[in-house]
Amino acid sequence: MKVNVTVNGVAYEREVEARTLLAYFLREECGLTGTHVGCDTSSCGCCVVVLDSDKAVKSCSMFAAQADGHQVLTVEGLANGGTLHPLQQAFWDQHGLQCGYCTPGMLLTSIILLKHNPNPSESDIREGLAGNLCRCTGYQNIVKAVQQAAGTLGVQV
Amino acid sequence: MIPAAFTYLRAHTSDEAFAHLQQYGAEARVLAGGQSLIPAMRFRLARPAVLVDINASSDLNVLRVNGNALAVGAIARDSDIERAPWITDRRWSLIRDVSRVVADPVVRQMGTVVGSLCHNDPAGDWTAASLAARAEVTVRGKDGARDVKIDDFLVDSFTTAVGEGEMALGVHFPVADDRTAGAYQKVERKVGDFATAAAAVQLSLNADGTIREAGVALSAAGPCAVRVDEAEQMLRGQRPSAELIRAAGDAASRRSAPQADLRGSVEYKKNLAGVLVVRALRQALSRLGVQA
Repeated sequence: MKVNVTVNGVAYEREVEARTLLAYFLREECGLTGTHVGCDTSSCGCCVVVLDSDKAVKSCSMFAAQADGHQVLTVEGLANGGTLHPLQQAFWDQHGLQCGYCTPGMLLTSIILLKHNPNPSESDIREGLAGNLCRCTGYQNIVKAVQQAAGTLGVQV
Repeated sequence: MIPAAFTYLRAHTSDEAFAHLQQYGAEARVLAGGQSLIPAMRFRLARPAVLVDINASSDLNVLRVNGNALAVGAIARDSDIERAPWITDRRWSLIRDVSRVVADPVVRQMGTVVGSLCHNDPAGDWTAASLAARAEVTVRGKDGARDVKIDDFLVDSFTTAVGEGEMALGVHFPVADDRTAGAYQKVERKVGDFATAAAAVQLSLNADGTIREAGVALSAAGPCAVRVDEAEQMLRGQRPSAELIRAAGDAASRRSAPQADLRGSVEYKKNLAGVLVVRALRQALSRLGVQA
């Protein structure tokens, strides 16, 4: 079937099987490998992308067909040329990543978290990121990074 | 980890979705949030030949108090409930509690209440809450729409009263009076895991402080969520007390029929069910300004 998904402002029209998951559509059809696949079963949050500027979704648990006619934001769409998105900069400043595998999902989940709650407490951030696993950082610096982005710069999708 | 092939149909209205379901019958499944169905398809535990996607059926995107019921349409998300401005009213405290602990925060942005009821997982959250709040599910069939009491809707593990070619349009939670509050208590090993045990309660008080109506239900305590009739009967008409709450908890432990697994033994889970009912009753009463 034909699907047309706008990813980071660029329209991608592709002929895919209905069973193609959004994560694989992004990686293999659009060549956007910044969306990582971790557990592949909606537990880890590595594959989170933003749908229609409103929802953080696990792209391993959504079909590309469902995104037909919709807007998707991936980690590749965050930076503006050579300037990091404020949330990316905050992850850099606060050492919010080590291996980096969970980072795209952390960033995109955080963007929606901050959209709905621009002034989150530390526990709001910890609860909001409870669906995203990190096996390196111990989360401390990820939480700090989101606090920096919320407190100093604000975040807009 | 790739699902079996299927035909994808996008329905723009519930009428269109229903027509597809009537045409394909048992071969078709409704796709709402997909947070249980899609993983199940990936594990090939589910192999529908046709998926009817209702996410664009805007007539099912309902979340409002309509007369004497809160209407939750088939594509209202858990996160819609969590963020609804009226949810902080204590009469909705049970529903609010649940909306904050289903799966994890990302899954809740897609996952739906009605989808969870239709999935009827033994450890589901909305199933137990719907029993305690005495909800009804609207099911559309060949002869039109009918309201099904939640007790009749939840037939067995992963089995509901929704028949072949039928679809659940929404769930209705009765609007309780202002002397009503509830609570949901769940123990899970980690966020997103299935509950080890969970308890949903809802209490309405009379003006004199006695209990007018009680709803008590358990999840992860048998093939599907169960109502603890014995606890409800012992609470009704009584004045809240520590002793009464303990007795209701004991009744819940007796009613609980869990399976042993990595989350705990049968003995542990039965005990935990009682403890969680006690905690939930205390919390509901505390929300009503009663210490017991």
